[in-house]
Amino acid sequence: MPTRIGIVVFPGSNCDRDIYHVLRSVMHVEAEFVWHKRDDLHGYDAIVIPGGFAYADRLRAGVIAAFSPVMQGVKRLARDGVPVLGICNGFQILVESGLLPGAFMRNDSLTFTCRWTRLRLSVNGSRTPFTLLLEKGRVLNIPVANQEGKYYADEDTLREMERNEQIIFRYEDNPNGSIHDIGGVCNEQGNVLGMMPHPERACEVMLAPSPSIHGSASESGYGDGMLIFRSLVSYIEHRWAS
Amino acid sequence: MSLSDEEIRYLRDALSREPNSVELSMVSAEWSEHCSYKSSRPYLKMFSTEGKHVLIGPGYDAGVLDIGNGMLLTVHIESHNHPSAVEPYGGAATGIGGVVRDILSMGSRPIALLDALRFADIRYDNQARWLFRNVVRGIADYGNCIGVPTVAGEVEFDDSFKDYCLVDVACIGVVRKDRLVTLKGDVGDLVVVAGNRTGRDGIHGASFASRAFEGEEEDRSAVQIPDPFMGKLLIDATMECVGAGCVKAIKDLGGGGLACCLSETADKLGMGMLIDLDALHLREGMSAEEIMISESQERMLYILDPSMLERFKAIMDKYEVPYSVLGRLTGDGYLSIYHNGKQVARISASVVANAPLAKRKATKPGYIEHIAVHSRKPEVPEYDDMAGILLELLADPSIASKEWVYRQYDHEVGLRTIVKPGHADAAVLRVWPEHHDGMAADLSDGYRYVAVKVDGNSKQCYIDPYNGSMGCFSEACRNVACVGAEPIAMVDHLQFGSPEDEHVFWTFVESVRGLADYGRYMGIPCVGGKVSFYNETRQGAIKPSPLVCVVGLIDDDGRVLKGHAGDGDMLMIIGLTKDEMGGSEYYEYIHSMLHANVPKVDLAYDKSARDALLALASSGLITSAHDCSKGGLAVAIAEMCISSGMGARVDLGSVPSTCTRLDDLLFSESHSRFLVSLRRDDMDAVSRVLAGYPVHGAVIGRFGGNSLSLEYKGSSMSISLESMIDAYGSVTRLMGHGG
Repeated sequence: MPTRIGIVVFPGSNCDRDIYHVLRSVMHVEAEFVWHKRDDLHGYDAIVIPGGFAYADRLRAGVIAAFSPVMQGVKRLARDGVPVLGICNGFQILVESGLLPGAFMRNDSLTFTCRWTRLRLSVNGSRTPFTLLLEKGRVLNIPVANQEGKYYADEDTLREMERNEQIIFRYEDNPNGSIHDIGGVCNEQGNVLGMMPHPERACEVMLAPSPSIHGSASESGYGDGMLIFRSLVSYIEHRWAS
Repeated sequence: MSLSDEEIRYLRDALSREPNSVELSMVSAEWSEHCSYKSSRPYLKMFSTEGKHVLIGPGYDAGVLDIGNGMLLTVHIESHNHPSAVEPYGGAATGIGGVVRDILSMGSRPIALLDALRFADIRYDNQARWLFRNVVRGIADYGNCIGVPTVAGEVEFDDSFKDYCLVDVACIGVVRKDRLVTLKGDVGDLVVVAGNRTGRDGIHGASFASRAFEGEEEDRSAVQIPDPFMGKLLIDATMECVGAGCVKAIKDLGGGGLACCLSETADKLGMGMLIDLDALHLREGMSAEEIMISESQERMLYILDPSMLERFKAIMDKYEVPYSVLGRLTGDGYLSIYHNGKQVARISASVVANAPLAKRKATKPGYIEHIAVHSRKPEVPEYDDMAGILLELLADPSIASKEWVYRQYDHEVGLRTIVKPGHADAAVLRVWPEHHDGMAADLSDGYRYVAVKVDGNSKQCYIDPYNGSMGCFSEACRNVACVGAEPIAMVDHLQFGSPEDEHVFWTFVESVRGLADYGRYMGIPCVGGKVSFYNETRQGAIKPSPLVCVVGLIDDDGRVLKGHAGDGDMLMIIGLTKDEMGGSEYYEYIHSMLHANVPKVDLAYDKSARDALLALASSGLITSAHDCSKGGLAVAIAEMCISSGMGARVDLGSVPSTCTRLDDLLFSESHSRFLVSLRRDDMDAVSRVLAGYPVHGAVIGRFGGNSLSLEYKGSSMSISLESMIDAYGSVTRLMGHGG
């Protein structure tokens, strides 16, 4: 079975084509756009909810998109254990949909912030399908671009997330004031991951601010972000094999 | 109404009758300076507009360049000065929306934005800080939301912009050659308007932009309301329509609203239109005049074959973009407008679209002579004070890092930005032939690399509009050359005070002459641009502010010059430093002195210097290149140190120069100079390449250590890297956090 990944597109999504580029043109993986009016997502091996400004982030980032028909389909897949990755606005939508814990606030700077960050994997890579090929403590260079990127959860929730190993990524250089430097979290099951930085922007070495930024990963010709997508594809392939 | 008595007489003669009120408001909108170029048109003919990459030059919504591999690049520039001065957030945001829709009008996908901003001195002027903060926020919120990265720009501060600002935005688009949309149409084709509802916002916007700025509160009603969400939906819907091949022509509804859009489209097609305003989706009850001249944002006009209507509707419905079939094309050349079931206007499209020229007088202003007579040089500073002056210049907001600005812009979305803001003198985008129909992109032919940069220099253009303007063009070309790109085209934006003032008009004519002379000599065509007059504040006209946006092309990624000087790399200068201190940041910012001797471009030398640099870039023998401009040699060296995170030791005595004073040598802004870094082992090879060009070149120092040490005739001064970085962060410090 060839891998088939669905990329959810809301009105206002703007990283959908970027994800598509990485999956199709760089990795040669089957991927297709899924318009937000569809609620039957049967047959997809994974779902990516890309960044952007779904419904212009009106009211609050992600809150309107969370009520879109497609999110019913995403919830069903998530329940069935299908990998779901939300990036940036996608993360915000997953949080607003209740698939992931926490909430987002405006960055400490109160402005949009676009910069490269260093993101450390806080758990064992096997915790999620998206980190499979990474070892705990691995630092990834991946850029952020957001205005409401400051992650928040109350102390009880954080303790529980900590206990369940749901805090997947922490910033080494917190760009927005996120609590406990959190840059990415997963659900209890581990199949739904939300991350604020954009791995699709860090897949090709050419896009790095300097070639050396990806360290050893760049020897393969790819950037750190590729490890996220490769992990996913390898997870799907193994699942089919087993 | 803003028509002159003479224009009203001309109109009456053309119609052989009195125009009615709807016709009169249509004509006044279209005949405004903003829409008609009635003062500037004859002079714009001076530009050379042809070149091997040019597919479509000026006169369309965007210039179109053939960059090979079946790809076309579109480029356009707009300003939104008047609106931004009263309502900086909305004014700047709608400026982005407008320029993006111009790119869409060619069927091309907008892939990058640039901004060039001008304000009064933000160190002391709260109003200037407020304008700056909110203009940047407006650009950020709109550009980020629509997913078009803002990749490059420049900011200048000068008190001639007190209580005012210049907000220029340029946009680059890309389209497959077989998908380009040019203006086509046949009798019976449908005229459709899609996008936002038409309301009363922005009424008289074009007229507002065609008179002196008075800063009145009531002018806010002439500022349009931005809706980036609808802007984004229009991009997606339009790209899908283009992909489906269901539109023949697309045009943005910009300044002058429907009046200008309909008349210009009909005139270009050589046709008429039957238009029913009752069909248009409105926000509120409006008169026919108001509907015709409303400048409500995020609206586009489409011309389509009736057989394509169902496909078109399906796409617009998918994106929930409202649309109205307003009428159809006719063969009679008349705009016949109906409202409430009655004909309210019937007027020849060509009469509306072709304003009579306004004859303007041009007289050299007295201030230029005054500056020449009173030019003097400052006392030579003590040797030890030079380091302090350099630090002051690094903190000069016009020179200091603009990180505070570009951090707020998503400059990476789209995966094309391979040289990012703050990393080099120009941005570089990789471009590939996109498929609209859900196919993977065909990357077999590889990418093309496009460099872009916009430059201006109001201080020098004020003192010497001819040489100042030519210098801006040269600087923009140097900046794209510094990433390894050959300049292939430019668009300009010419911003001046009132053209009715003969002294202002002289500076306009001189400026056009300077740009045209440079373009013709270099073979770099002008493929589009705008003219913005009536940039007048309570203190009078702004300084002449032509802007030049240059597009460069690089063949393969091996030739993209990205990176920094490495430890132990040698520092070399190409070019000659001359005593040309007029309009320099050193004279104006440090000494508050005007001097007539503005840097002049030696055309042949300029070309040789750039060719030499490009030869070095493509040879792979240099590790980085940096243009010498604002703040001169000293600032350029300091900037290289800051970006490479290391100091340097420089022997100023070896800099090719005709200067007799050290401050001139350090801070002169002579053109046609580049600083390059290279590995020590490559020095001989570099010299051999340079020997083929009639330009000066000298190794003047070496990178390394934690301080910049400048040595001159046995004396030496040393400035720590830390203090330079600190000074260079002044804009971020001034603007701080907060929205």
